[in-house]
Amino acid sequence: MSGAVRKTWSPASEEYQAILGGLRETVGACMQCGTCTASCPNWHAMDVTPRAMWRMIQFGMLDEILASRTFWMCSACYMCTLRCPRGLKLTSAMAALKRLARVDGNAEARRSGAFYEAFMDDVEAHGRVQETGIMQRYFLKRKNPALPLSFLPLGVKMLRKGKIHLPSKGQGGVLMPMFAKAREMEGWT
Amino acid sequence: MRYAYYPGCSLTESAREYDVSTRAVMQRLGAELVEIPDWTCCGASAAEPVSKLMNYALPARNLAIVEKEMDGIDVLVPCAACYLNLLKVNREVVGDRHLHGQLNEVLAASGLSYRGDVRVRHLIDVLKNDVGAKIVEQKVTDGLQGMKLAPYYGCQILRPYPVFDEPGKPVSMEPFIKAMGGEVFDWSMRNRCCGASLMVGHPEVAVKSVAAILADAEGADAIVTVCPLCQMNLEAYQGRAVREGGKFVPVLYLTQLLGLALGLDQESMQLDKNLTLTPAARRDIAARAWAEPVPESETETAGAKG
Ligand code: SF4
Ligand code: SF4
Repeated sequence: MSGAVRKTWSPASEEYQAILGGLRETVGACMQCGTCTASCPNWHAMDVTPRAMWRMIQFGMLDEILASRTFWMCSACYMCTLRCPRGLKLTSAMAALKRLARVDGNAEARRSGAFYEAFMDDVEAHGRVQETGIMQRYFLKRKNPALPLSFLPLGVKMLRKGKIHLPSKGQGGVLMPMFAKAREMEGWT
Repeated sequence: MRYAYYPGCSLTESAREYDVSTRAVMQRLGAELVEIPDWTCCGASAAEPVSKLMNYALPARNLAIVEKEMDGIDVLVPCAACYLNLLKVNREVVGDRHLHGQLNEVLAASGLSYRGDVRVRHLIDVLKNDVGAKIVEQKVTDGLQGMKLAPYYGCQILRPYPVFDEPGKPVSMEPFIKAMGGEVFDWSMRNRCCGASLMVGHPEVAVKSVAAILADAEGADAIVTVCPLCQMNLEAYQGRAVREGGKFVPVLYLTQLLGLALGLDQESMQLDKNLTLTPAARRDIAARAWAEPVPESETETAGAKG
């Protein structure tokens, strides 16, 4: 079986391989009891249940994994992690799947990953994040002209309440050396 | 009681009322908060999907500063997401020699290192274990007069690392609600996820969670939060959530209510910043539970006449 699995997992890059290896380790002991699925507040929006996702990882069904929207629906509530009788770190596994999809770079990863990337870009540039800055970057990344408009009513409400502040320089580039180092060590962009 | 204070980014932006009320209340309760010098973002829930190392290095930078410049005193964190990210460094990196080494390699790029000796505490943890509801009760001057409050704990202060409460049925806010003269509204959604950052990318999914939470809170005078993201999701999307079966319920930070009960005024608790506390909602609450201080309404009338 290990031979068959290895074939399916033909990794494209070192980062790819590292994430995959970590994932298989994380969910290797899953006994398919389904407690995680039953605990998930977002299961209704997933196309593959969390339980089935761990199975797909064990079997190395890479294409099916990457085609799924399941891990993009994870809101990191840690309910599954808390309740798993095997004590598996399932929320971390969902985050690792998001990283995997980013390496793969498919359309859903670009769409769903845009917010996380916008956030991290802002952190790197300013040290602290600024909500207006993030949303601007996010809208740019999504390239959907209708999107900013869908946030407009909320923006107006928040502006009236004095909750929106214009971007400032923040802490400047104080985190840049750390970002550069982590990129060098992990090989992401 | 002296703490290294980590406000986190939200508290300097959309959640300023949480920051202001936390500082004011802790001062009233005799705790000294010293802001961590030059603190930076913890990465929220966005770092982990992008980089495993930055997910630990971003919060660790702040702990390293506390270790180096503040004698490693306890860190007090009001935001749930920041709290968990900081805590994770201690729980997931310290003790793992390989990962700890990698983390310090990243930190070294900024001339820092982290040994792992700083304790990370959520605001409720400090209130419960260092201050105590008794002290709060003694200091209450403007009791909340039986205001029915639904304590909302959310996710990340309870899970995956329960430190100061029972993650399945959390109760740590209840003694404080009672100490303030409020009544605890019993409900089952207290530890249910608000949708968190899913609200940005997939609001149609997250709004369902908000609707379920707001529906369960029907009958409460207000929902009490301890997280800027919970506060934002429960407040800002109420219109949409109500169309999906939720109910309109005002949402306030625990520290805003504590401040009011401890005699601080509505202005300094920045109640005008809460999106759900419209004048109508305030009047509504006032009529049922929250007695308006008499002198204030008198001056208002006098002002209107003058
Ligand atoms: S709860 Fe744990 S053991 Fe059960 S199916 Fe989910 S991951 Fe597997
Ligand atoms: S952490 Fe993610 S997968 Fe797990 S229960 Fe919560 S939303 Fe579902």
